[in-house]
Amino acid sequence: MMPAWLFWIFALFMLIFGAAVVINRNPVASALSLVVSFLGLAALFMSLDAYFIGIIQILVYAGAVMVLFLFIIMLLDLRAENLRRINWVASAGGVAVALAFFVQVACVIGNFKAAAQAFPALPQTRSDDVRSVGLLLFSQYNLPLQIIGVLVLVATIGVIILSRRETR
Amino acid sequence: MVTLGDYLLVSALLFTIGFAGAMLRRNIIIILMSLELMLNAANLSLVAFSRFHIGPDGLPNYSAQVFVFFIITVAAAEVAVGLAIIVALFRSRQTTHVEDLTSLKF
Repeated sequence: MMPAWLFWIFALFMLIFGAAVVINRNPVASALSLVVSFLGLAALFMSLDAYFIGIIQILVYAGAVMVLFLFIIMLLDLRAENLRRINWVASAGGVAVALAFFVQVACVIGNFKAAAQAFPALPQTRSDDVRSVGLLLFSQYNLPLQIIGVLVLVATIGVIILSRRETR
Repeated sequence: MVTLGDYLLVSALLFTIGFAGAMLRRNIIIILMSLELMLNAANLSLVAFSRFHIGPDGLPNYSAQVFVFFIITVAAAEVAVGLAIIVALFRSRQTTHVEDLTSLKF
């Protein structure tokens, strides 16, 4: 586990840049804020001793998904959106629903007894999480892994068919 | 001392930001990014519970991390298909603004 101040720094970092994704008018700035937010999230994963998930997070999001987003934004040549008349009633409704959702979740967490406990210490100094996750993946969760493989194949074929230019 | 509740609260805040983004923004690419934020908020609470639940062998519960692995895979596939749909949409309509895409509106 990390020291507490490091947790709060990374959490703040992640939340600020997460908010920047929503607030920025320029899609490129949003995409770059998204990757910084995900780097903070990867640091939080590592603070929970989930090194494998943290590395996967950086590789998949900061590497692949991020490049895909930027590539599409550049390809479509999207500029910062010009100001349209904002529907204030709809915006206020959206913020109110989001806030109501957060208050509900916070109440649930507040009433959850285990939430006030600190994390128990790991007995071993070295936890081999890549090996453990890999073993589970190929023994107990082998069928879901195969299904995920089929899903990725279907997604690949689907993307190729969707982005093919129609020839008549 | 960082408790489980702190992680869950940060996760809830991230989910709320993504939720608000999906409802307030009108650019379809930003909506897709907000969906990613929400999926990752769920991942954060899953990993926190995984670390919190120490099994009899003294290790975290790795089933939750396997689940996070699956969620990341599905999210990546979703982004690829979603962006392909956006490109196809932009080709036929020249817009990514959801208020201009109302042909399915009842």
